[in-house]
Amino acid sequence: MLREFELDLPGDLQETLTRLPGGTPLAGGTNLLVDLRARREEAKRLVWLGNIEAFRDIKIDKAHVAIGGGTTVGDILRNSAMIDAAPSLVGAARVFGGQMVRNQATVAGNVCSGSPAADTVPPLLSLDAEICLASSTGVRSVPIDSFYSGFKKNQRKQDELITGLSWSVPGPSTANLFYKLARRKGDAITVVGVAVTVTRDGDRCSDARIALGAVAPTVFRAKDAEAMLTDQPLTEELIDEAARAAMAQSNPIDDIRASADYRRHTVHMLTRRLIGQAWRSLAGKEADK
Amino acid sequence: MSLEKAISVEINGIDRELTAPANETLLDCLRRHGHFEVKSGCEKGDCGACAVQIDGEPVDSCLTLAWTVEGRSVTTLEGLNDAENPHPLIAAFLEHGSVQCGYCTPGIMIAAEAMLREKPDPTNEDIAIALSGNLCRCTGYTKIFTAVKQAAGVLRQGGGDD
Repeated sequence: MLREFELDLPGDLQETLTRLPGGTPLAGGTNLLVDLRARREEAKRLVWLGNIEAFRDIKIDKAHVAIGGGTTVGDILRNSAMIDAAPSLVGAARVFGGQMVRNQATVAGNVCSGSPAADTVPPLLSLDAEICLASSTGVRSVPIDSFYSGFKKNQRKQDELITGLSWSVPGPSTANLFYKLARRKGDAITVVGVAVTVTRDGDRCSDARIALGAVAPTVFRAKDAEAMLTDQPLTEELIDEAARAAMAQSNPIDDIRASADYRRHTVHMLTRRLIGQAWRSLAGKEADK
Repeated sequence: MSLEKAISVEINGIDRELTAPANETLLDCLRRHGHFEVKSGCEKGDCGACAVQIDGEPVDSCLTLAWTVEGRSVTTLEGLNDAENPHPLIAAFLEHGSVQCGYCTPGIMIAAEAMLREKPDPTNEDIAIALSGNLCRCTGYTKIFTAVKQAAGVLRQGGGDD
């Protein structure tokens, strides 16, 4: 039996926001219930988010994607337009937990958990997503790049709820990829996760984003490496140099899943591989012009 | 123990009333009400033994609080085991020996049935993604994959429809 707590079941968003002060939001529960059972979490009152209307809605138009705060990882996988609207996020969703966990876990909950191994976060950083936060006193938007402040620490205030996430659809000159290194493809915690976005303009890379998971207290963007690639033609040598810079920016730990050295080496290899793949996939498109 | 509450829920097509305290999982609640086909395994979302469908979506009942299924429909393995019209997965699992100790089987059928509604002709990868949250330590999965494919074929030919 789980330790005792109160459980609020508000019927809509407004009621939810008034119940949040002092309460702990419960969405999929795939972290929260596990933590409660392990006595790592001591929430006295949970606020169930499952009755908020249209909270799982996904809106995708030509340029823009917006997902509701209740959107599950499974919803990302089942939405056929998402493969173009967020290729890296679909890649992460495919290797996220198992089917049942994907059907329960929300993207917003994964973002809020703040785990450096949260698999939706490198893709969302590589897509430069915006997080919409609401409380009973107002609404604000925070870029995901400035959301995390430390291990499992983020900008969400106790009485705020992530009501949605949004980002721009990658254009035809942009490639967006994710790779998760883990013991298995599903049901496994990430050893290293890498998401990259590369935009090509003629023979140059006009924009690059590299997001690294599970190699620092938070998921983060390797901006030194990104700067090396921006406005340059991407040669094998430059890609390797940037991948080494990404490795230098990572600060992993030794744990049961891998050593810090192995993680650093993997950042180098995976970043090099993904940037190369992204760049070459765009070369084909340039040639078609 | 905290206060119990009665919740109305449809289980395998039948309207039921369950009682549960706020901190009870759907897993514990269902078993307390006689649904022993829902198995308790890891209790942290890794093994899938406790999988049930809520409004047709497979979820881990160990990570679901009983109160949150008020007014919704829950399907357990018994919901696929209609005496007159059992789901083709059941015959296929028996035919291919896809069941050894059987502990993972209810969860695997719940997960596979949902996948077959979306992907009537699944590839091995489709099955692997659908069953990635179901651990079986007996079979090595080969026979499970064979049975799921056979059941898909039976369904495509119109067998076992409700």
